[in-house]
Amino acid sequence: MSVAKLRVFRGDSQGGEEKEYEVPVDEGMVVLDALFYIQANYDGDLAIRWNCKAAKCGSCSTEINGKPRLACKTRMDSFEEGETVTVYPIKAFPVIKDLVTDVSWNYEVSKKIPPFTPAEDTEWIMYQEDVERGQEFRKCIECFMCQNVCHILRDHNRKDAFAGPRFMIKIAEREMHPLDVLDRREFAREEAGVGFCNITKCCTEVCPEDIHITDNGIIPLKERVVDKYYDPLSWLLRKIKGK
Amino acid sequence: MANGTASKALTMRKDMWWVEPLITGVVLGAFGIYSTWRALSNQFYYTEPYLSPFYSPLLLLDWWPLSPAILILWAPLGFRATCYYYRKAYYRAYFFSPPGCAVKPVGKRGSYTGESSFPFILQNIHRFFLYASIVILLFLWIDSYEAFFFHDGMGVGVGTIVLTANAFLLTMYSFSCHSFRHLMGGNLDVFSKCPTRFRLWGAISVQNEVHMKWAWTSLVFVALTDLYVFLVANGTITDLRLI
Ligand code: SF4
Ligand code: SF4
Ligand code: FES
Ligand code: FES
Repeated sequence: MSVAKLRVFRGDSQGGEEKEYEVPVDEGMVVLDALFYIQANYDGDLAIRWNCKAAKCGSCSTEINGKPRLACKTRMDSFEEGETVTVYPIKAFPVIKDLVTDVSWNYEVSKKIPPFTPAEDTEWIMYQEDVERGQEFRKCIECFMCQNVCHILRDHNRKDAFAGPRFMIKIAEREMHPLDVLDRREFAREEAGVGFCNITKCCTEVCPEDIHITDNGIIPLKERVVDKYYDPLSWLLRKIKGK
Repeated sequence: MANGTASKALTMRKDMWWVEPLITGVVLGAFGIYSTWRALSNQFYYTEPYLSPFYSPLLLLDWWPLSPAILILWAPLGFRATCYYYRKAYYRAYFFSPPGCAVKPVGKRGSYTGESSFPFILQNIHRFFLYASIVILLFLWIDSYEAFFFHDGMGVGVGTIVLTANAFLLTMYSFSCHSFRHLMGGNLDVFSKCPTRFRLWGAISVQNEVHMKWAWTSLVFVALTDLYVFLVANGTITDLRLI
């Protein structure tokens, strides 16, 4: 059995430091198991948020060797023998303790998104081809790693102006919904700040659900905003059609 | 609130994240230098029956004192400069915004506006460059057709294949465009009512997934096509007649 070295952030909102631990590696072990080992054998007060240990609840987001990853989905055998593995809390949100951060800002953003709005006389029939696009976005497990890696929130701290990729796909899902009649383009542009995204695709790179956040969510949303605000031809076409 | 020491470092990533933006920057830069030189040189762009794509359509204008390529290249150049893929590529490679995922971007914290204000808000006119590029594309197909007609009759030379492959790659690049995908069907909410546009959107989506691949192959190949015509036109090499 090999032994892995983990350097884990220990601290709170006031700051903190790395602490090194040695953990024996068993077959099939993931980083979350290593953290459990630390809790059981060294520091019982090491804080980590987790729930499913199956990459489905989105609780255990951390930064492993500098990359946003789910601790329960990152296998210990993916590291080189003898490599020191760093485990940090996600950077875009304030630390509560050790690896646990306060992600409540995200829930506040979520509340602002206009809900699904069907027409009053909706016929409740939908075909598979109409809902498929939205289904991709519904795979989201709200791990907020896309929010964390997005430089607009993480480094520029523009939480005042940009809702972040997770909520871009939420807006896109409703905007594209076959039975939804609300126009969310103004909301996307003015409130959610879709124009802030410079489509550098880090959100897509880290998404554990492999949602094509940029290609299928943000870019189509940007194109819809272009229809409304930046395309005189489609404006003219709408006028002619009387829409 | 910053999270411990993670906030002070450029990145905590240990992999070679800088390789990708470096290669991107070098290749794009090399293309920029080569195409500028060729566009301004105003010579060796035609050798019967081949016309360089940088000078297509052939413009022989008395009133224009400079290279005719300048009158043409704004369209493909603008198309690439505002392309959703290239935006990612050069924001990362040249603007360091960000240079890599979970790597600190350049810029003052709190002042970032991305594509929501000047100059990058101009990216929203991408679809107009698409329209202009489709016109240029038609001329490239005409050039490829004319490349089958030699002074002694019909035939196929290496140049014929080069020009045709170039037109093909640029077609794949143009028609896998995100704006094209949107305009052809992505702007619909209810696909089931427009089966033809749904199928079209589906076909474009398949190519859109590999838009980056088309972007690079067509970029490199258009330069090689011009280089081939240049070398044949100035007598460095002779075109091999295959049929
Ligand atoms: S593509 Fe846009 S939303 Fe996604 S990480 Fe980059 S800037 Fe943020
Ligand atoms: S979109 Fe992906 S990365 Fe973002 S919160 Fe949902 S599952 Fe996580
Ligand atoms: S514990 Fe649920 S996603 Fe990791
Ligand atoms: S050409 Fe790349 S997105 Fe339009």
